[in-house]
Parts: sequence; structure tokens; C-alpha cells
Amino acid sequence: MKTMIANVVFISTLLFLQGCAGPKPVAPWERGYLADPAMQWQRSAREAKFAGHVYTSKEASSGGSGAAGGGCGCN
Amino acid sequence: MRLPVFCFASLLYLLHPAGALADGNITVAPGFRLPAIANADGTIELDSYLGKVTYLDFWASWCGPCRLSLPALDALYEELRSEGLEVVAVSVDVVDEDSLDFLKRYSVSYPVAIDTTGDIARSYSVGGMPSGYLIDRTGVIRAVHVGFKRGDEEKLRLEIMELLEE
Repeated sequence: MKTMIANVVFISTLLFLQGCAGPKPVAPWERGYLADPAMQWQRSAREAKFAGHVYTSKEASSGGSGAAGGGCGCN
Repeated sequence: MRLPVFCFASLLYLLHPAGALADGNITVAPGFRLPAIANADGTIELDSYLGKVTYLDFWASWCGPCRLSLPALDALYEELRSEGLEVVAVSVDVVDEDSLDFLKRYSVSYPVAIDTTGDIARSYSVGGMPSGYLIDRTGVIRAVHVGFKRGDEEKLRLEIMELLEE
């Protein structure tokens, strides 16, 4: 009985931990979904940059809104 | 002693997000038959290119570097087709209109097929966009190119020339 309970706990723990695996990464041929305009944080990148410029001018400070570049290390 | 090893192995398997992904060590080019969207009628079948040096290119309309790779590949195709080079492009767009719009801006003269389900891209374990597979006359993949930047066409040209001379 004790062994059976231990086995059930063990299997339940494994199943529970499977949730940590998370979703599979998006395949390269499926990245069109991520490139869709509906997936962007802002409607227009140019408009967002202009709004950010106005905001930093009014606040007399800048920064804290993110970093430049796409994470490729080339900028 | 066996139980901890089993537990550790199980955990490694369960926590590995890409555990079920296919491995990238393909040697023989997987065959396919796909609907053609440009420069060919009906379907495009890879088996019909056996006996020829073929460059299979996976691309998409949303892929930035494909704006460089398609014209570069077209120039290579125009230059080396008389020597026996074949180029087959496979678009992985979900909607064929997106590919056709792209081809209006970056027209090519080689056959283009479309893989809307992504099954063929999956069978090649495509690692990025664009991805090119240089296939020899026996149907074996001899080189894989992932991504594209200016100057890559020269390296590719040398590889193709080498295969054409075999």
C-alpha cells in the first residue's frame, strides 16, 4: 500500500512538473504569425517614437522605456 | 540506485521543451509534391530534379533577408542554369496571396511552390528564414544555408560550381 502511494505521488509529481516544460518554441516557418502587425506592441513604430520624444521633452528626462536594438548585438 | 537515475532521466525528458523536435542531421533530401504558384504549372515534385544539382530555398513574404536572397538566387540561377543548376523555392506563407504580392516586387524566374501547412519545412527541420539546401545529383543534401546576408551569394556560387563540376 505504501509503495503504491509512493508511486502515485511520484507519477503525479512528474505530471505536475511537465507544466514547467512550457510551450514548444515557435518554429521558423511559423514566425509569420509573430510578424503580423496585430502582434506589435504599438500600431506605428514611427508614431510611438515621436510620442516618446514629446514625452521625454515634457518630463525633462529620458530612459526607462526600453533599449534600442532587437537583441542581436549589432547596434 | 536505479530509481534516482530513472527519476533524473524522466525529469530531463519532461523539462526539455524541444524534446519532440526532429534532429537536424538529414542527409537525403525528403521528397515532396507541392502546388506551384509561379513559373510552373500544377505541382512541383522534388523527385523530378534527381540527376540535377538543385538548390531548394525555403522563404516567406514576412522574412526580411528574403528580399536579398531571392534576387541573389535568381541571378545565380540565370548565370548557372545553362550549366545544369536548378533552383526550387518553397514559400512557407499561410496565404498564397502574400507570396504572390512579394513575387510581384521581387520577381524570380525559377519555379516556386507553397507549403501552407509547414509539413515540408518541418521534414527538413528548417532552422531559420530563409533556409537553403544544396542537393547533389543523387538527391543528397550537401550544404545547408540558414539566413542570408550580402556576400553569401559568392560563397554559395563556389559551392554550386564545385557540385556542378563533380
